[in-house]
Amino acid sequence: MKTDKKTRLVVIGNGMAGIRTIEELLKMSPDEFEITVFGAEPQPNYNRILLSPVLSGEMKFQDTVLNDWSWYKDHNITLHAGKLVTKIDRKNCVVEAEGGLAIPYDRLLIATGSNPIMLPIPGINLPGVLAYRSIDDVEKMLVAAKNSKRAVVIGGGLLGLEAANGLSLQGMEVSVVHLCDWPMERQLDQVGGGLLKNELEKRGLKFYLSRQTEAILGDDKVTGLRFKGGEEIPADLVIMAAGIRPNIALAKAANIHCERGIVVNDTMQTYDPKIYSVGECVQHRGQCYGLVAPLFEQAKVAANHLAEYGRMRYEGSAVSTKLKVTGIDLFSAGDFNPGPDDEELLLQDSARGVYKKLVLRDNKLRGAVMYGDTLDGPWYFQMMRDETDVSEMREHILFGQMHIGDSGRGGASNVANMPDSAEICGCNGVSKGTIVKTILDKKLFTLEEVRAHTKASSSCGSCTGLCEAILANTLGDYSAKPSKKALCACTEHAHHDVQEAITKLKLKTIPELMKALQWKTPDGCHVCRPALNYYLMAAWPGVYQDDSRSRFINERVHANIQKDGTYSVIPRIWGGVTSPAELRAIAEIAERHEVRTVHITGGQRIGLYGISKENLPKMWGELVEAGFVSGHAYGKALRTVKTCVGSEWCRFGTQDSTAMGIKIEKMTWGSWTPHKFKIAVSGCPRNCAEATIKDFGVVCVDSGYEIHVGGNGGIKVRVTDFLCKVATEAEVLEYCGAFMQLYRESAHYMDRTAPWIERVGLAYVKQHVVEDAAGRAALYARFFESQKYSQDDPWKERAEGKDAHEYKALATV
Amino acid sequence: MNWIQIGNLEDIPRQGSRVVQTNDGEIALFRSVDDKVFALNNKCPHKGGPLSQGIVHGTRVTCPLHNWVIDLETGNAVAPDVGCAHRHEVRVAHGVVFLEVKAGACKAAA
Ligand SMILES: Cc1cc2nc3c(=O)[nH]c(=O)nc-3n(C[C@H](O)[C@H](O)[C@H](O)COP(=O)(O)OP(=O)(O)OC[C@H]3O[C@@H](n4cnc5c(N)ncnc54)[C@H](O)[C@@H]3O)c2cc1C
Ligand code: SF4
Ligand code: SF4
Ligand code: FES
Repeated sequence: MKTDKKTRLVVIGNGMAGIRTIEELLKMSPDEFEITVFGAEPQPNYNRILLSPVLSGEMKFQDTVLNDWSWYKDHNITLHAGKLVTKIDRKNCVVEAEGGLAIPYDRLLIATGSNPIMLPIPGINLPGVLAYRSIDDVEKMLVAAKNSKRAVVIGGGLLGLEAANGLSLQGMEVSVVHLCDWPMERQLDQVGGGLLKNELEKRGLKFYLSRQTEAILGDDKVTGLRFKGGEEIPADLVIMAAGIRPNIALAKAANIHCERGIVVNDTMQTYDPKIYSVGECVQHRGQCYGLVAPLFEQAKVAANHLAEYGRMRYEGSAVSTKLKVTGIDLFSAGDFNPGPDDEELLLQDSARGVYKKLVLRDNKLRGAVMYGDTLDGPWYFQMMRDETDVSEMREHILFGQMHIGDSGRGGASNVANMPDSAEICGCNGVSKGTIVKTILDKKLFTLEEVRAHTKASSSCGSCTGLCEAILANTLGDYSAKPSKKALCACTEHAHHDVQEAITKLKLKTIPELMKALQWKTPDGCHVCRPALNYYLMAAWPGVYQDDSRSRFINERVHANIQKDGTYSVIPRIWGGVTSPAELRAIAEIAERHEVRTVHITGGQRIGLYGISKENLPKMWGELVEAGFVSGHAYGKALRTVKTCVGSEWCRFGTQDSTAMGIKIEKMTWGSWTPHKFKIAVSGCPRNCAEATIKDFGVVCVDSGYEIHVGGNGGIKVRVTDFLCKVATEAEVLEYCGAFMQLYRESAHYMDRTAPWIERVGLAYVKQHVVEDAAGRAALYARFFESQKYSQDDPWKERAEGKDAHEYKALATV
Repeated sequence: MNWIQIGNLEDIPRQGSRVVQTNDGEIALFRSVDDKVFALNNKCPHKGGPLSQGIVHGTRVTCPLHNWVIDLETGNAVAPDVGCAHRHEVRVAHGVVFLEVKAGACKAAA
């Protein structure tokens, strides 16, 4: 079909899914398509989920417009706004619309969304009965709110409650009629629903639960409702919010296979291969969706296939919901009604108005309902999608991520109630107000966009949960990331896919890998290249040639860049033990090079600061002469092994922790890891070496050694998990090597041990390192294999002239 | 036009950069994976980070200090960041690199 003529793409539906698909398509092939869009609504594309804030008066329609008229013009898109498509003629590949328009297509995209269900009861067509779907509906509701008093909303689901809340804020007396015993039964269990009802009643809503509407009363306009059983209530305005139905009339009339929705396959194609469909009108693997996050994933896939990249598949989405009623915090995801094999974890604090329920099956999270404190919603949701084994955090999981180590957030647990000035991202100094404003001004939808525009959550990532919560709160929509998160914008593949492909397809260089996995950029970016370099190095020790161009500067030049562009030099001090001779040597070198600052580091070493790049090799040469090697203080690598003086000096010491620390450091130094790796050995449980906030910590006791893993200091302090106890020094070394190797092989690049363990679960680590002796021995052996190639001192090599070009200017003019 | 001979193409690592010292500060020469050469002030428009130390990808470099991405062809920061690391003219002839040194200018973003 490819000729030099452009492909004619016709889109039916100027809504969120249809236009998102075009946006994705323009990103991939900006010039290949001649695009025509039909929209039954007279407005340009707007953000339907913001209708609730418009109704409640918190926003204006203008604020919800996603693509204004000029966008269509700028992209040469012909828009027929306010024109209903009346027929799809598949035989001649033509779309017919009101006003006699007939537009031929090569490809057709159906994105007609859904229609509100209008109950087939007497009076449904009376003036004063409205649906809640479009801006037109909202404008009519606003007029009605000015001129009348009593509103009744039929349907106590998400939409119904948002409509009710909005009308009540507009000054109406509002009642909600609902079939079930509590509101939002699809998202909430009975307890959560009860709490919500109480809160809404406090705000003035009235509930008629377990009621079925039999008729809408009135002669020439609405005057009231009658329930089954005869009870009647008065009303001037009735809002139908009893559900939605995929809008499939057009497709059905054209004999495209439909069930509840238009049936599509994993490439978003209907049974007619020229016709694609996305959005609420679609049924995929038996599932219809009514939230934007899945629709955006569909849009991405459809665009990919329209552009003939033919790479992605849509595999369905997990969804979570939030209610957009200002001040009410509610979160729900997954399957929260426990079955016979499930366990239920509950937390209820009536005084604080907090309710949480988690449903577990086989030690994995299946569902969550939260009310009053939803900060951890995204965290639970992430663990659901990752299928994390949570058996080890059972006791704390209900209290949230903070109790698993995420301290330092000052107990902030409810973003809705945080002041605008609250600092969210400590790394980049970004406040809540800035994030909210940027989301609204720039019309952002995803965490990635928030990162790009505000820099929040783009450094250490500890505020990711907060940023997602703010996004959810601001948009009302918790934008689910695809369950598989791409490594970076250069690829669709996730970390895990890349790791697997490297071994499966025996990929041994970065260009090979990018080719095999169809990278979208010629040579990647600063996010993926270092990751690929690491994965290849970890997979093929001794074979893979480290690519210095894919290293961050610190690792490329083996020193830490400082804010003024100078570097620091930190030699290794084995186990923190030094001698007068070593100190003298360091002192002399520091003086000779006029080092500006000499500082004792937190890892029991000596840091020399303010060294210019040209000077590094010379200084290293002198240090090497004096017997030092690189401390790798600049790398995602083994950093330090911190020790206390142990039984050698301390009256409490149970073992020689110092000697053990030195042995461990001699074994592990030089190894590259997904992120920095710190070790400590304490001589007794008083733990002076702070072993329980290290990636690998040993605490000596009378009868042997306790091994702790997965701790870290830093922005998010996390205390280690207890792994096991062993009896001998040899075992400590073996467990240490095996643990490091497991981490090196299975963690994502840039994950420290803490998030890695939280993702895979401590049970997984125990299984491989503790329970499976043969597996442990194999991991240990692989660790040594890789160490064979990594214990060459990089400083010595460079002092001898390796990579000399890195350290001097090309020319002076 | 005042072209100064700087060195050989081979002296600049592919996907890498070398620095030229001038009276007006440092200029960074970049060489892309397909051997195109670019020159910018070695100073990130954000907080002055040394761009020559960044990772070069496509025709862009990522600043080593806070990950701003700078377009090598224009010297402009890639959106949403805004700023310009002034560019200089470079030419490669028969494997020899020439640089035109003057107060650099910003080319409007394409
Ligand atoms: C009040 C409200 C609040 C919501 N809140 C949330 C929320 O908080 N979070 C969330 O994730 N989701 C929310 N949703 C749901 C979300 O808005 C929808 O899932 C999303 O808009 C569906 O996108 P779509 O493109 O499939 O359909 P739509 O956005 O409805 O677009 C379909 C378009 O097709 C047009 N059309 C239909 N038939 C024809 C035809 N024959 N010819 C021409 N044009 C036609 C329609 O006029 C419409 O403009 C909310 C919805 C509403 C109504
Ligand atoms: S940890 Fe125990 S052995 Fe080590 S210094 Fe402290 S008290 Fe002494
Ligand atoms: S705590 Fe660490 S990152 Fe922060 S200023 Fe000190 S050295 Fe720098
Ligand atoms: S100095 Fe370059 S990104 Fe901050």
